[in-house]
This record gives sequence, structure tokens and C-alpha cells, in this order.
Amino acid sequence: MTFKFTPQMVASITHRISGVIIFAGMAFVIWGLGLSLQSEESFSQLKQCLDSVIAKFIIWAILAGFIYHFVAGVRHLLMDAGYFEELESSQALSYAVMVVSAVLIIVAGIWVW
Amino acid sequence: MVTSVTSLGKNGLYDWVIQRATAVVLGVYFVCLMGFLVLNPDLTFQQWQGYMTSTFMRIFTLIALFSMAAHAWVGLWTITTDYLTTRQLGAMGTALRVAVQGICALVTIVYVVWGIQILWGI
Repeated sequence: MTFKFTPQMVASITHRISGVIIFAGMAFVIWGLGLSLQSEESFSQLKQCLDSVIAKFIIWAILAGFIYHFVAGVRHLLMDAGYFEELESSQALSYAVMVVSAVLIIVAGIWVW
Repeated sequence: MVTSVTSLGKNGLYDWVIQRATAVVLGVYFVCLMGFLVLNPDLTFQQWQGYMTSTFMRIFTLIALFSMAAHAWVGLWTITTDYLTTRQLGAMGTALRVAVQGICALVTIVYVVWGIQILWGI
């Protein structure tokens, strides 16, 4: 049996993977939220901490997870509404998810740096 | 009809609609928050604290936290019941799945309580 990944399958499994990554990343997000709101000192402390390359990379990775999960989620809502359910159109939509999220993730990277 | 004691809505239709409703809440919240951060590049502590502690954002964040909890549970439940099964892993499947689901539930509760503490103070 030959097994080939279709774009729909890739869009589906990466949606799941990004969801799990976001769930883990939420610890960083809530930790950062706490520091950012605690006091003036902790706010600037966080700002300093987020200036490092590693921190920026982590922020970008979490943002990428959010962006991809968001865009792939819109795909689900569109298909729930009855659109893009045919073979060709669903394939096109899966490619569109990858292209749109890739562009947004690059934009997010530029914004972070 | 197959039902499961660990699923949030007790059947697929409820889980389905919970997942969609919470997804919309989380999507709107994400856009609002990112919009604010992008529009305020030189954000000061006063600005940020003023925005996040406004009644609107406190309530919106609370709704987002609860939505995150429900959304994460339905999603993680779906994943754990797909991959951590006796069919995939043999006899240990069920024990492992329940253990992982327990950890996920615990982490989710910690996130919600932690988030509420941050925004509503102690």
C-alpha cells in the first residue's frame, strides 16, 4: 500500500500539533501577563528579558502557533458552513491555509524583531 | 450512540458546538490584543495596565480564559482519545490516556486560576 500525505491531512495534523504547542506555551504567556501587570519594575524587567534573542524566538514560536491554529481554525469553520468540501476546493483551501499562515508568521517575525 | 464520561459535552455534537463557539471568542480576543500591541509600539506600563484592567478587558479576558479551558479540553480530549488508546498502545492505553487527561485537566485549572489571580487580584 502506498501512503501519501494530502494537503488536507497536513493541515489537519499541524492544526492538532499547533494546538498542543499553544497549550504548553500558555504557561509562558500567562507568566508574562503576570509580570507585565504586577508593577512598573516587573514590567520593565519583562521588557528587558524579552529583548534577548532566545526570548524573541520563543515569542515568535508561540505567535506562530497562535497564527497557524487561528488560520487553520477558519478553515474548519468554512468547511462546517458547507464550503470547500469538494476534493479540489478542499485541497486548494488547505494550500491557502499554509500560504496565508506562512505570510502572517513572517510578518509576526518582522514585528517581533 | 457512543458517549464518553471524559468528554466535555458528553456527546460529539455538544463538543463540536463548544469547540466552535469558544474558537470564535478566542479568535476575536487574539485579534483585539494583538491589535492593541501593534497599534502601541512604545507601550508604557500605565497604558498597558490601564487597558488590561479596564472592566471591559477584565471581563473579556475572563471569558477568554474560560473559553481557552473548554477549547483546550475538547481539543486535547479528541487527541488523547485518538492516539492514546488500547488499539494504538495495547493494554496500557487506557491508563496512559486517563493519566495524560488528568495532567491536562490539572494544567488547565492552574491556567484559569492563575489568570484570574493576575487580572482580578487577590
